[in-house]
Amino acid sequence: MTLAGSLAAIILVALTAYALLGGADFGGGVWHLLASGPRKHEQRRLIAHAIAPVWEANHVWLILAIVLLFTCFSPAFARVAVTLHVPLTLMLLGIVLRGSGFVFQSYGGKGERTFALASLLTPLLLGVSVGAIASGSVRDVTGEEFVHGYIRPWFTPFALAVGFFALACFAFLAAVYLTLEARNRELQEDFRRRAIFAGVAVFAIAAIGLLLSPQAPLVQRGLLATSRAAALHVVPAIAALTAFWALWRRRYRIARIAAAAQVALILWGWGLSQYPYLVPPDLTIANTAAPRATLELALVALLAGAIVLFPSLFYLFKVFKAGSDSVR
Amino acid sequence: MIIGHSSALNFGDHVNDLIAARSQMAVSLAFHIIFAVIGIAMPVLMVIAERRWQRTGEPVYLDLAKRWARGTAVLFAVGAVSGTVLSFELGLLWPRFMQLAGPIIGMPFSLEGFAFFTEAIFLGIYLYGWERVPPRAHLAAGALVAVSGSASGIFVVIANAWMNTPIGFTLANGMFTSVDPIAAMGTPAAFPQALHMILAAFAATGIGVAGIHAFLLVRGRTNPLHRAALTIGLIVGAPAAVLQPFAGDIAARFVARRQPVKLAAMEALYETRAGAPLTFGPGIRIPRGLSLLAFHDPNAIVRGLDRVPRDEWPNVPLVHLSFDVMVAFGTYLALVSLWAGWQVLRKRDLHTQRRLLWALAVAAPCGFIAIEAGWMVTELGRQPWVIYGILKTADAVTPMPGLVVPFTVITLVYCALALIVTRVLYTQIVQ
Repeated sequence: MTLAGSLAAIILVALTAYALLGGADFGGGVWHLLASGPRKHEQRRLIAHAIAPVWEANHVWLILAIVLLFTCFSPAFARVAVTLHVPLTLMLLGIVLRGSGFVFQSYGGKGERTFALASLLTPLLLGVSVGAIASGSVRDVTGEEFVHGYIRPWFTPFALAVGFFALACFAFLAAVYLTLEARNRELQEDFRRRAIFAGVAVFAIAAIGLLLSPQAPLVQRGLLATSRAAALHVVPAIAALTAFWALWRRRYRIARIAAAAQVALILWGWGLSQYPYLVPPDLTIANTAAPRATLELALVALLAGAIVLFPSLFYLFKVFKAGSDSVR
Repeated sequence: MIIGHSSALNFGDHVNDLIAARSQMAVSLAFHIIFAVIGIAMPVLMVIAERRWQRTGEPVYLDLAKRWARGTAVLFAVGAVSGTVLSFELGLLWPRFMQLAGPIIGMPFSLEGFAFFTEAIFLGIYLYGWERVPPRAHLAAGALVAVSGSASGIFVVIANAWMNTPIGFTLANGMFTSVDPIAAMGTPAAFPQALHMILAAFAATGIGVAGIHAFLLVRGRTNPLHRAALTIGLIVGAPAAVLQPFAGDIAARFVARRQPVKLAAMEALYETRAGAPLTFGPGIRIPRGLSLLAFHDPNAIVRGLDRVPRDEWPNVPLVHLSFDVMVAFGTYLALVSLWAGWQVLRKRDLHTQRRLLWALAVAAPCGFIAIEAGWMVTELGRQPWVIYGILKTADAVTPMPGLVVPFTVITLVYCALALIVTRVLYTQIVQ
């Protein structure tokens, strides 16, 4: 793999980490909104407790991905920022309101409702943006009028389906993780039911997305027509079925691994299916890559950063997430 | 990569969009910087309080450390999300700038990303780990938050410094060739700007905290919490406030040499002349003052705005006013700090000196006002360039029409957030 290819892969790794960790924090907001039944307040307390120490660290994965994108592939960043101005600005509002809402309600203010509603907005628009990129409609729109240039590329059935798909995936991840955070059997069952429900929703929306995939020819070709197709379909499907089985049998640790693998594999399937394009139809890894000096330094900085980052992250999760897998 | 020229298709709309984009960037930066600055300095106060508690066992220090940790949590969260907004806005508003400059200034932003990561991780451990990690590890986590907070501030300022003194590339036919990101990080403006900014963060936050508690003390609340808070606030803020005029001198002399137009705007010097006077506001003039300050030579020639064409002038009255505001408020902080230091040397009890307490209470917001004014100087003073001498701001703006809408929305959201943050901090931390 080329140097530029490796950096593109690292960006996808950062996005995957954001989906698996930060995405689940947004999913927590979804279940906060949908909390119901006799244990409504306990559910909400559990969600807040699970998110509080880690959400800011989890959020930084998105910043890392963005910074790497504008360092290593600045024309791709500029294109996405111009054409997807509207959904990205809305996504940012979601990020601002979710974060502020959460911290206000943690420290005695009001903000629960804002936190929960904003948790819907961000995954939805993140997914819409990814869907628009995958469908190859993020063209150069300089000089075009507003609706045609800045709304149509992303306001499509396919991109919207990907938006709801991202929301369902994040809610699914959150429910699965929360089964391991729950401190009593009833609460664990609440989130087990929610996980199964969200998992079904993930499947249903995926099916709709597949029907709409002629709007995203690159992805469609990747999913249906190439030799990679089998791997791209079969491996996530195995992970998904494993997750369902594990939830059914209440094997929550296995469910957590399988659910995370499923979402990661879907993202990697997206990446592989549009390889070597970063922003189809015209921007590739090669034709947007920064000069070699920049790419080499970015890689060195990433390695140096990783030496600091991974032990710190390991410590964070050991302090707050270890031992939470047993029902006490 | 070719430096684009704005399409003249619809000139009036383009101008309005440019103003909206610049206003949105200004609002976003002005909002974020308050949280960024407090995020740099507040962890230091928090760690000093915790260290004092561990050494003395006096519960007042633990109470303070916990209150400040809660304050830091709220401010850091808002700072983190408003910082995310900025990292996207660089592209959403200035795509042509980012396309050109990304490979060069990506390096300090990447390093900032890691510093921010470390800060977020250890702040999580600090805030929620009081009962989960041993006391030494807890204090160390707080210290790491403080160190990475300063580091991330320095990296962001380096990126900004490059916009003032861009180096590390060769420009040929509007394209950057032979890019050298390491050389770019060594941009000559980096040191004076970073020093000035870090001192500003400590001075504004330290005196801000000291001022709030001075106000509560003078209003008759004599509990030991306010006394301890006043002392720690002064320990962090006062030395920085006293050193700041010297750092400001370094920064101003640097601007005089490398960005003469900015200096001319700061001092509203329209004509190039030897022995240039220093001007305050519209009226007061100190003969030869500017030559003396900028070049340490009363007869030095200072280049005026007449050296560049009119369309390359920044907004002179606004830059000049901002500069005077920064200097005035910064000088006030330094004087109050010297006063407090003098009282300490005379072994007087600061907490009973009503006049000093009042002066500190008045100083509480001054550092933040000076910081906002200082950023107006450096950002407005660089105009009409986004990369000084290389790329004009008007050529960097997004072609998206209707930018007044996102500007209005962001402004309203930030106004609401500012009100809520103030309320939460007041009811949860100060009271």
